[in-house]
Amino acid sequence: MEYSILILALPLLGFLTLALAGNRMSHRAAGITGTLLLLAVTAISYFTAADYFMAGRDMNGVFAETVPYNFKWLPLGEGLSIDMGISLTPISAMMLVVITTVSLMVHIYSLGYMKGERGFQRYYAFLSLFTFSMLGLVVATNIFQMYIFWELVGVSSYLLIGFYYTKPEAIAASKKAFIVTRFADLFFLIGILIYGYYTGTFSFTPSEAALTGAATVLPTALLLMFIGGAGKSAMFPLHIWLPDAMEGPTPVSALIHAATMVVAGVFLVARLFNLFIDYAPETLHIIAYAGAFTALYAAVVACVQTDIKRVLAFSTISQISFMMVALGVCTGSDPHAGGLGYMASMFHLFTHAMFKGLLFLGAGAIIHAVHSNEKCRMGGLRKYMPITHITFLIACLAIAGIPPFSGFFSKDEILAACYEFSLPMGIFMSLIAALTAFYMFRLYYLIFWGKSYYETELARYRAGEIEAEPHKPHEAPLTMTLPLIILAAITCLAGFIPFGEFISSNGEAYTIHLNTKVAVTSIMLALAGIALATAMYIKGESRITVAINRTLRKPIEAAYHRFYMDEAWLFVTKKIIFNCISRPIAWFDRNVIDATFDKLAKITHKCGTFVRPLQDGNVQSYSIFFLSGALLIILILLYLI
Amino acid sequence: MSIPAEYMLILSAVLFFIGIFGFFTRRNLVSLLISTELMLNAVDINFAVFNAYCRPESLEGYVFSLFGIGVAAAETAVAIAIIINVYRNFHSIHIKRLRDLKH
Amino acid sequence: MDINLIIFSGLAIVMIVAAIFAVTSSKIMRATTNLLFVLFGTAGLYFFLHYTFLGAVQITVYAGGIVVLFIFAVLLIGKGSVDVTQTSLRRYLAGMATALTGMILTIYLIGNTDFASDKFNGEGVAIKELGMALMGTDKYNYILPFEVMSVLLLACTVGAIMIARKK
Repeated sequence: MEYSILILALPLLGFLTLALAGNRMSHRAAGITGTLLLLAVTAISYFTAADYFMAGRDMNGVFAETVPYNFKWLPLGEGLSIDMGISLTPISAMMLVVITTVSLMVHIYSLGYMKGERGFQRYYAFLSLFTFSMLGLVVATNIFQMYIFWELVGVSSYLLIGFYYTKPEAIAASKKAFIVTRFADLFFLIGILIYGYYTGTFSFTPSEAALTGAATVLPTALLLMFIGGAGKSAMFPLHIWLPDAMEGPTPVSALIHAATMVVAGVFLVARLFNLFIDYAPETLHIIAYAGAFTALYAAVVACVQTDIKRVLAFSTISQISFMMVALGVCTGSDPHAGGLGYMASMFHLFTHAMFKGLLFLGAGAIIHAVHSNEKCRMGGLRKYMPITHITFLIACLAIAGIPPFSGFFSKDEILAACYEFSLPMGIFMSLIAALTAFYMFRLYYLIFWGKSYYETELARYRAGEIEAEPHKPHEAPLTMTLPLIILAAITCLAGFIPFGEFISSNGEAYTIHLNTKVAVTSIMLALAGIALATAMYIKGESRITVAINRTLRKPIEAAYHRFYMDEAWLFVTKKIIFNCISRPIAWFDRNVIDATFDKLAKITHKCGTFVRPLQDGNVQSYSIFFLSGALLIILILLYLI
Repeated sequence: MSIPAEYMLILSAVLFFIGIFGFFTRRNLVSLLISTELMLNAVDINFAVFNAYCRPESLEGYVFSLFGIGVAAAETAVAIAIIINVYRNFHSIHIKRLRDLKH
Repeated sequence: MDINLIIFSGLAIVMIVAAIFAVTSSKIMRATTNLLFVLFGTAGLYFFLHYTFLGAVQITVYAGGIVVLFIFAVLLIGKGSVDVTQTSLRRYLAGMATALTGMILTIYLIGNTDFASDKFNGEGVAIKELGMALMGTDKYNYILPFEVMSVLLLACTVGAIMIARKK
């Protein structure tokens, strides 16, 4: 599978071409170059994945890890080295498919969405860079390579969030995203170093002996790595960057902040799953509880947001938490006994990437049509944007967990895994699933049903109340609807993929069978959530809604402000860290360290001014010094002898 | 009775350092050349004195003095040619004005 | 008191005074004239040593050649030949201090060193002997330096003409 190097080489080539020569290209040429290269990458990735799975299982009945490329990059000493290479496992093959599919859709979509934007070529260059980094992350042969690409992903995310660099909010959001994830990555790095120090390798699968020696520190190391993953995957309380990251262009949100980069944390835990399950099951449970809490928090917040992209952002946080929970509730590596969550998590990762990408792209189309992110500017759009409407509805049904859409199958597996773990966990997650259905349909109704903002404005315009004729919403161009249709089709069909055949916790084939009890409960709950949303929002804000809003004013306001988490962080950073740590350090830096060097510099300068006349280019002065020196030496010699 | 060699040497040392002093303080190319001549002259004296007082049977110092005078003549001729050329170009032989090679 | 010593003292005083004038006089013509006195004094010293040929060369080449060159130069330069601006006081003092220190140190060293300089015989050097040494090819003979000198002088003549020639 030597051709698999192309999976990394082509996006990198695309990035270099577009970054170096992009300004000489027309927008069209740049966009098409990037898209075609990505099409090639997608084809190769599909082929690689097919090749990998076709090769069949080895004699243990698992898909063995294959490493087409690996070379020692930085030997660090006795046995420990940082390698670079490409490694294929079932989950990395799946990730290749997910990333390239969503990325290709986003590339095509952006041709329409970003049309005429300043920096169009730069946009495509960054997209290529991101794709390169993300693909490098998933095919990493060892944890350090993963870390390197992990940071590259962070950088490209930073660059893309701050794409509109003239907008102060975008700059603030990009900095916030970078700093928060970077802060989490610090723990990741520490975890890697502990891991590397005690096991003597950065490999994902060290030898038994190395692991036994490191058994005592492994839980700590893995927990630290999980914190890194929590930062990227926006787990509470490190989630604060993700809603703000919506300042970036919407396709970027779809690609990075919904489908691929944010699941890197889930991927990390999954990649280290064997270590977790064998050496740190308690850490896994910590992950489960953290995930469950985040899922609830994000779902509640999503219920009251007014900016549609924020709703989607919180929904993303919530869904990623579902994946984390699914991983966390695993108690063994046998999928029939406690290992179901692994498969469910990966399955959900796959389906979620598709339908969340679809939701974001649909939201992008809507924003494109009404030129606003706020729900109050929408309403009644189903007449104007039929394709977007249908695809958005499919995605909403999928995320709500209604069969036969893909979300139902994966979420059902997650819930089954939760019930297997413990009854309270199962009930808790089921309720959050119902909440998911509620907030997604709230969003759906607010956008596509109810009173049309356009019609209201048009009536006011005709009555002469406002000057400007309102802008009529229109369906998005083909470049934008095509990805929507493709993703919708995938969303409809992905549920029927026999996922367990390819990916399971111990690698052996596992046939998914629906747990009827769980399935029926979750469908009922989802329908209940949808029904509530319908009752409350189908005709704009009904009387019930207003009444509820009035009674629950305080909690709703708190939820709208995300329970003041941002403020809490600001308090911690600005008040505590800045005042108690940074200020004294700054004072020390300025008045002790800087002052020392300033003094040194001043002394040097004084000496310089003092010595400078000695070298004035005047031979007579030189000869005076020469003779004085010679005499001095003679005197010293005389005195000594 | 002859004069002690030390007297002669002291005289030449005094002349030499007067030359050095001139070289340090004069600001005119010709004056500098004159100072140089003084120093050269003092050196010639030393050669002759050492020859006469320490090894009268040989000729080294004597011949050195002789050649020294010759070299001094050659050097002066070239130096004065240069000085005249400098004067032609700068209309001055004041060393303060001759800074073109300094930077 | 020895007559030789008296004459030597007179000569020395004249030379030192003339030398001081040569390096301090603000008029270069005057400085050159003082240099001439020093050179004559030097010739006198050579006569004291009974090196009559050396003394004659000193007078011919130095007094007759070099000083005349100086005078020509001074005349050609004309208004530039006055050393009007003196050096800065600091450098003047520094130069003086250095020179004085060096002089005292040297004199001290001369006084404290035994040169084994008691072989003076007052015979001088016979011209014939000198001529043989200068033109001879044996050990302690100087034909090679002599010829090198002649080449040097030739080169120097050509060089001087080249440099001073009008373009």
